[in-house]
Amino acid sequence: MNIVFEKPKALADVPFHYCPGCTHGIAHRLVAEAIDALDIEGQTIGIAPVGCAVFAYNYFNCDMVQAPHGRAPAVATGIKRANPDKFVFTYQGDGDLAAIGTAETIHSGARGENITIIFINNAIYGMTGGQMAPTTLLGQVTTTSPYGRKAEIQGNPLRICELMSTIEGVAYAERVALDNVKNIRRAKAAIQKAFEIQRDKKGLSIIEILSTCPTNWGFSPAQSMDFVREKMIPYYPLGVYKDITKGGANNE
Amino acid sequence: MSRKVLMKGNEAVAEAAIRAGCKLFFGYPITPQTDLSEYMAKQMPNRGGLSLQAESEIAAINMVLGASASGARVMTSSSSPGISLKGEGISYIVGSDLPCVIVNVQRGGPGLGGIQPAQSDYFQATKALGHGDMHLIVLAPANIQEMAILTGEAFDLADIYRTPVMILADGALGQMMEPVDFAAKPVRVLPEKTWVCNGHQNKRPMNIVNSLYIQPEELEQKNIERFERYKKIEETEVKYEEYLTDDAEIVVVAYGITARIARTAVNLARAEGIKAGLHRPITLYPFPKKRLNKLADKVDIFLSVELNMGQMIDDIKLAIECKKPVKHFGRTGGVMPVPEEILDNIRRLAK
Amino acid sequence: MKKATFKTELCKGCGLCVTACPKHIVELDTKSINAKGYHPASCTDDDKCIACGMCAIICPDVVITVIKEDKDK
Repeated sequence: MNIVFEKPKALADVPFHYCPGCTHGIAHRLVAEAIDALDIEGQTIGIAPVGCAVFAYNYFNCDMVQAPHGRAPAVATGIKRANPDKFVFTYQGDGDLAAIGTAETIHSGARGENITIIFINNAIYGMTGGQMAPTTLLGQVTTTSPYGRKAEIQGNPLRICELMSTIEGVAYAERVALDNVKNIRRAKAAIQKAFEIQRDKKGLSIIEILSTCPTNWGFSPAQSMDFVREKMIPYYPLGVYKDITKGGANNE
Repeated sequence: MSRKVLMKGNEAVAEAAIRAGCKLFFGYPITPQTDLSEYMAKQMPNRGGLSLQAESEIAAINMVLGASASGARVMTSSSSPGISLKGEGISYIVGSDLPCVIVNVQRGGPGLGGIQPAQSDYFQATKALGHGDMHLIVLAPANIQEMAILTGEAFDLADIYRTPVMILADGALGQMMEPVDFAAKPVRVLPEKTWVCNGHQNKRPMNIVNSLYIQPEELEQKNIERFERYKKIEETEVKYEEYLTDDAEIVVVAYGITARIARTAVNLARAEGIKAGLHRPITLYPFPKKRLNKLADKVDIFLSVELNMGQMIDDIKLAIECKKPVKHFGRTGGVMPVPEEILDNIRRLAK
Repeated sequence: MKKATFKTELCKGCGLCVTACPKHIVELDTKSINAKGYHPASCTDDDKCIACGMCAIICPDVVITVIKEDKDK
């Protein structure tokens, strides 16, 4: 009997609180699978953000620290500098990482902090109920951009992987999506690669994961996957934006 | 053999921290605290520690949060506007029951204010360092030797009570030089840090460091537990110093640099036959409420001398339950009073 | 033999597994409601299941375990 698929050991045996079809659950699982693959649960400290994933500390079996909104990379810096041989990852949403925590994100990259950032980009604030995010697409309707996001009023969506790839201390930056099984497999490989970069002490690794928010987008889970494919990926192209182990970018 | 060295207050705090086993320092430049960060930057690499300049005060306090959560003795320092920025992180640190030491070398405010000494962050330090039901232990040194001693004690208090501890100094104490003796201090028994998030190594259950309790009853219980700790702190950790209070009819209450000027004023008053004394709180939280209340039974009047528009005076009134009048004399904006100004106030009240 | 096992009590009825199954044998069971109040997903024809694991990979709630018979035995 071969096990094709089972719950990874690093994932706690606790039901997720996420809405039906929300891809946070997939992303959590992929992080846990990477931790299992490298057998590093006992050496890993995870950082939960503020946002829908605030309860992430309940879902992993490694040590977990809950950070103030946007400050996860600073908290990670403190942990990593105190424990340079441990694995430290942050799990952050788009509001957390790309709005209130932009400075922490960029400067953890500039310092080349040897940490892994898992960045969930679903183009909306989920926990507070569907407000505009820094990554909300132009024209996208949210509760705080009820007439659709307009560049001249709310500005343009931020492309974080592209931004981070220009920073010297960033060792690895890849954007993946969870809209289908093939892309989920690709995301899994990317997350594992990010932890390997950290293991090899090469610098900061960031994996941006295009995710869904069926509840606040107002779509069914399946329609949400279509939105990722049809609307998000064209603005946020998938691919490796930086890989210092290969020297340079390798966009799809 | 003890040996005295001449040091700035800021440097003495840094040196005492390193000697107390502080392994990580996260700072951000701001006057008049900067030489503390500079001392750390110079010393830490040679003494088995790390000093890192953060991108902001906000980042620095959150680096402190992370380092503390993973078990390290850690410190940050700043001056007034920077402490305001740290407020969010401080609240999370309290909510997560994490130990650390935070130094505020106060300058005048509000806003960008000035860069000269002030004590106008008293309210913030003792009552409002962050949102939520919370306190920090606040220590107020009055000389450079005490800057060193209290810094060492701050780390122990932080570990014992799982709380951040603030050294509340000011620009004068930070910048002035005095001889300091870093002789070993008595070691306190410290609890084992069983809650640390540094990787469970498959040898213990996972730990969570967190300040979120979504169930109201659970959050209430956490706050009740924390305030039981505060109660113990109030019962056992109050520190103050008194001068000529035995027969005093008028007691000047002052802390930090102001207490030194007030002491001279008390001497001048005594020379004129006025029975003046000085009460100097060393712990601003816990405030020496019981002692002041007892003093109020025999003292005629209190004079709160502060480098602000009147902040500690409220705590004195509460402590003595308005049994006797309490007056305030303060200079603010970075202006330091001379002893004669305080003497004038003592004379006026003694009439 | 069952290849894909569904912990129906964890299922939120999002239906992503239904869209992912290449054999079109995963469906939401509209005749039952789990404790969470959803129609849980299940495999309607175990014989047709090829144990590819795609339903489990796209499931956000780790509802599904997939096993494959070892051909060597």
